[in-house]
Amino acid sequence: MSMNKILVIIKREYLTRVKKKSFIIMTILAPLLMAGLIVVPTLIMMNDDKDFKKIAVIEDGSDLFKNVIPDTKDVDYVYLENTSVNDLKTNFEQAGYYGILWISPELINTPNAIQLISKKQPPIGLLDHISSSLEKEIERQKLLAYNIQNLDEILKDIRTKVSVQTIKINDSGESVQTSTGIAMALAYIGGFLMYMLVFMFGAQVMRGVIEEKTSRVVEVIISSVKPVQLMMGKIIGIALVGLTQFLIWVILTAGMVSVVKGVVLKDKNITEVAQTMPQNIMAENQGSMQPAQAADMSEGLNEFTRLFENAMNQDWLLIITAFIFYFLTGYLLYASVFAAIGSAVDNETETQQFMLPVTIPIILGLMVAMGTMQNPESSMAFWFSIIPFTSPIVMMARIPFGVPYWQIAVSMALMVITFIGFVWMAAKVYRTGILMYGKKSSWKEIWKWLRYTG
Amino acid sequence: MPLFEAKNITKKFGNFTALDNVSISVPEQSIYGLLGPNGAGKTTLIRIINQITGPDAGELFMDGRKLVPDDVQVIGYLPEERGLYKKMKVGEQAVYFAQLKGLTKAEALKRLKYWFEKLDIVDWWGKKVEELSKGMQQKVQFITTVLHEPKLIIFDEPFTGFDPLNANIIRNEILFLREKGATIIFSTHNMGSVEELCDNITLINKSKTILEGSVDDIRKKWTANEYEIVFEGEVKINENGLYKILNTRFEDEKSTIRIKTEKDIPANDILNTVLKTGKIVSFNPALPSMNEIFIRVVETRN
Repeated sequence: MSMNKILVIIKREYLTRVKKKSFIIMTILAPLLMAGLIVVPTLIMMNDDKDFKKIAVIEDGSDLFKNVIPDTKDVDYVYLENTSVNDLKTNFEQAGYYGILWISPELINTPNAIQLISKKQPPIGLLDHISSSLEKEIERQKLLAYNIQNLDEILKDIRTKVSVQTIKINDSGESVQTSTGIAMALAYIGGFLMYMLVFMFGAQVMRGVIEEKTSRVVEVIISSVKPVQLMMGKIIGIALVGLTQFLIWVILTAGMVSVVKGVVLKDKNITEVAQTMPQNIMAENQGSMQPAQAADMSEGLNEFTRLFENAMNQDWLLIITAFIFYFLTGYLLYASVFAAIGSAVDNETETQQFMLPVTIPIILGLMVAMGTMQNPESSMAFWFSIIPFTSPIVMMARIPFGVPYWQIAVSMALMVITFIGFVWMAAKVYRTGILMYGKKSSWKEIWKWLRYTG
Repeated sequence: MPLFEAKNITKKFGNFTALDNVSISVPEQSIYGLLGPNGAGKTTLIRIINQITGPDAGELFMDGRKLVPDDVQVIGYLPEERGLYKKMKVGEQAVYFAQLKGLTKAEALKRLKYWFEKLDIVDWWGKKVEELSKGMQQKVQFITTVLHEPKLIIFDEPFTGFDPLNANIIRNEILFLREKGATIIFSTHNMGSVEELCDNITLINKSKTILEGSVDDIRKKWTANEYEIVFEGEVKINENGLYKILNTRFEDEKSTIRIKTEKDIPANDILNTVLKTGKIVSFNPALPSMNEIFIRVVETRN
């Protein structure tokens, strides 16, 4: 019978939240926002027309470096002959230049015989581009001095680009192609999402408890059910809301992935597509596209498909299972503490004094998780992924890099023990707290409630 | 046989004693008043009856057997600190509370229809609670308290928040419930408000029972040998061997004199001595209000 009542409570907690407009909007919008967070900066980086710059390149009495620096998508390098630096120095801005690059003929022997004159501090990427272009040219010119035959072909032949492919060997000895980039992205998303969900839904539990206490509904309800049942009903109901949201996100993401696979890659062998597509496009555009551009595109697509394949090589089952487990236990741990806090106060502003000690481990977890992405094998990452208060966040950040199963098992076992202990303690505080009005609560007071009987 | 009994209940919170050896015995189909000032321990006792908290010592009986957790099904409780979910719709919420008391949804809907019509709040079924006036919310709460037809109904300060008109409606409903067989416990600090309603009372002060019994008995006991005589115009009488004068009031062209006799003396003898003093309007045994009794009990105890 009492089981039935918990179900009635769970149902109410679940339905009132799921039916809210804000829930529906959040559930649909969040993945789009996430995607937006990744796509928008990329787009901004790609067509940053506003920042288009022109740089005047002036050589002091020679033409050794004429048109050596190639234009980039946001910087044009204009080689000016017969112009003196001093003339341009005063009015280069009016003439539409971001700066003047002054190159001395001595550059070949004196590496610092070059100056970039500008009003603003130039970005590092721009300097890198200039120096690497010039370094290559100087290298070429120096090599020329040795009178090597067919130098151009030789140079073309020796030019290589290195892209390290990472291979992970799993326990059964199979090797799987992986990508550190993908692992980092997953670690970031997993850790951050865990932090957000635990915090968000934990706080919802607290607000729900405070709502019941301040509106005085609570005493009516606990004359029908035990306070622990009310607390657990609320916590479980909200957990189901969280799971619903998470599952919808997983389904939406999986849907988007299959759309990408189906539309862009047309379900063919993806590497094959990557090779043929630029050629097809080139044929369609009938020579309007430069071969170099096509090669670039092919390379880009190759990179994309490689990442895509690597992402598919991740142990998704483990990631999703672990996520659900850590979400549930981590949430139960924190939600029970939040429920106890909610029961101890008369309104939301009073919660602040109790919130700090609770938020510290969560934030710490997030910080360690972010560090984990740099070094997933560090002992700090290890310990924080074992200690229950931070383990949900930190472990989610570690799993994409591969974690021994025994560590996951230990972390999970500790998590279960801790959450049971905390639910038990929270229930004791809650039982007393929800019936206390107008009393300024403190940690000392809560400690007293913990020891009340019956 | 009493429907409900609490025997020698003691409850402490840390060093604070909320109830000290308090017993009550509630006869079936009666209205039982639990009286006392704020902070006396009434609410704690009610919470113990509702099994919200457990006593440190003492026993509780329902129908002659020990109280068990499932008894919450046959108890209805309107707490002093009461409220509803503000964002929830009235009807939905009433069904929710009914389900928590073990009713099925269909049964709850059937009974709610009856009560909503009876208290004239049908139009509010689909409204959110926050749109309701305080009195309207109280009506909804009253309904949710009695909907599962409890054998024992506990009202903690039931009339606060009601205007006189609605308070009267609720008062009549309570009497009607008793008529139909329910046993009712009333808790209030406003002792005058339940005098006419209660059959029996217990007075609690500072965690201890200081008075208990049937209202009639208590009043008789405390009214013994006190009378009130009203004269027309301003009249003064003198003490003699038969009685002492407690106080004299003159208002609206009438004098009200309260006297106390030393021992049982026939009323005729008293009347004889004052007959010639002036024109008597009325002569009554003085019934002290519960409030007066309470004050006197506390005073004599100190």
